[in-house]
Amino acid sequence: MSCLGYFAGNSPVHRLDPRVRLLGAAALSVVTAISMRFAVMLWALGFAAMLAVLARLDAHLLVRRLLRLNGFMLLLWIVLPWSAPAGSAAAGDGTALPEAGVQWASAITLKGNAIVLFFTALVATIDPPRLPCALKCLHVPEKLVHLLALTIRYTDLIHDEYSRLRRAMRARAFQARFSGHTLRTFGYLIGLLLVRGMERSERVLAAMKCRGFDGRFRALDGFALRRADALFAVVAYLHAGIWIWMEQA
Amino acid sequence: MHVSEGLLSVPVLLSGTALAAVGVGFGLRRMQVDSTPKTAMLAAVFFVASLVHVPIGPSNVHLILNGLAGILLGWTVFPALGVALFLQAVLFQFGGLTVLGVNTLTMALPGVAAHFLFRLIYRPGRPPWVAFWLGAVLGASTVVLSGAMLTTALALGGRAFLGVAVGILVAHVPVMVADGLVSGAAILFVQQVRPDLLGPVQPEMAP
Repeated sequence: MSCLGYFAGNSPVHRLDPRVRLLGAAALSVVTAISMRFAVMLWALGFAAMLAVLARLDAHLLVRRLLRLNGFMLLLWIVLPWSAPAGSAAAGDGTALPEAGVQWASAITLKGNAIVLFFTALVATIDPPRLPCALKCLHVPEKLVHLLALTIRYTDLIHDEYSRLRRAMRARAFQARFSGHTLRTFGYLIGLLLVRGMERSERVLAAMKCRGFDGRFRALDGFALRRADALFAVVAYLHAGIWIWMEQA
Repeated sequence: MHVSEGLLSVPVLLSGTALAAVGVGFGLRRMQVDSTPKTAMLAAVFFVASLVHVPIGPSNVHLILNGLAGILLGWTVFPALGVALFLQAVLFQFGGLTVLGVNTLTMALPGVAAHFLFRLIYRPGRPPWVAFWLGAVLGASTVVLSGAMLTTALALGGRAFLGVAVGILVAHVPVMVADGLVSGAAILFVQQVRPDLLGPVQPEMAP
């Protein structure tokens, strides 16, 4: 299965147990999200960057991901310093440095980047077919796991179908503009994808039924915790714990 | 329409996640085991639809189509969009784990509203232009509702975010137009080809 573009690889992070990575990413991002202290945010960003380096993520893809995020952060840097609540910054109308807003914007930028890096390094590196199995082991409802597994597969299929249709449109000299014609064409394109998808799903259901589908999700590969997994779990949770302690100190 | 990591305050993140979990749970209970492939297929279509870019001037916007998703899926739109958003987070750059709940809620809840409004107004056998405009109006207003929810979520974090929120809302006006018209055309297409997808075909229609 070739899923659009996850971060494939064979780094120490890729070899970690997906369950441990999911739980670790959840704990680390939640603690980062609720953090109020710059020391914690900086440490989180550093730790996340270290994980990204350890995972040997494709630098080009990673930079694109972060650029998108920080393009939005740029908007914050433009808006927030001038609209920070009155009274929090030094008094004076516009003469004093809008410190509160700058602090706010930097906190958001640090947190956002750290959380996205955690997610990319730990979760986006899980092989897509193994992701549902790992979630099932973590007691995510079976129906949801099944839905995810099938959606991963169908995203590939529908994307292929979509590319084919776009190619056909290009062959007929279609050019996207902001016009009624373009929007109607895109509407029909989506409609066609929907109808073909539905018909395909009916066939898939019939094929699944004839193989005894009863709604249960059977994970074929078992997971076994190794020493590296335990080590990573200890390190990740130690970090989360220290950060919570730093918040309260 | 996604909110980035790091923006929202903790209570907003928590309540958004809790409400989204309730919605996903409810949607899953409403989803029959046999319609899992169908739901997954629709989730995949909406994922791929978000890759469609409509050029506007020098820039472009991508389609959201949560109104269309809601109309077709009903309450099941919660798990479907939740899964699609999770995959988007895995494969692209949109959001991460902590905003997943809020994003699911802002995308799915207006979709559910669109579903019930559509079912209330639409009857099989209506002329095509009814289907088109109903889809277009509901599609566009779903985007507006999602934008309003997002703005509220941001504004709950503090008055200072209002500027950012208004900026996001203004940036979404072209998205609203594009999304509405594309949804309308898609509904029209589905009505012509597979009318049964838009609601139960009434028995008295059969000869």
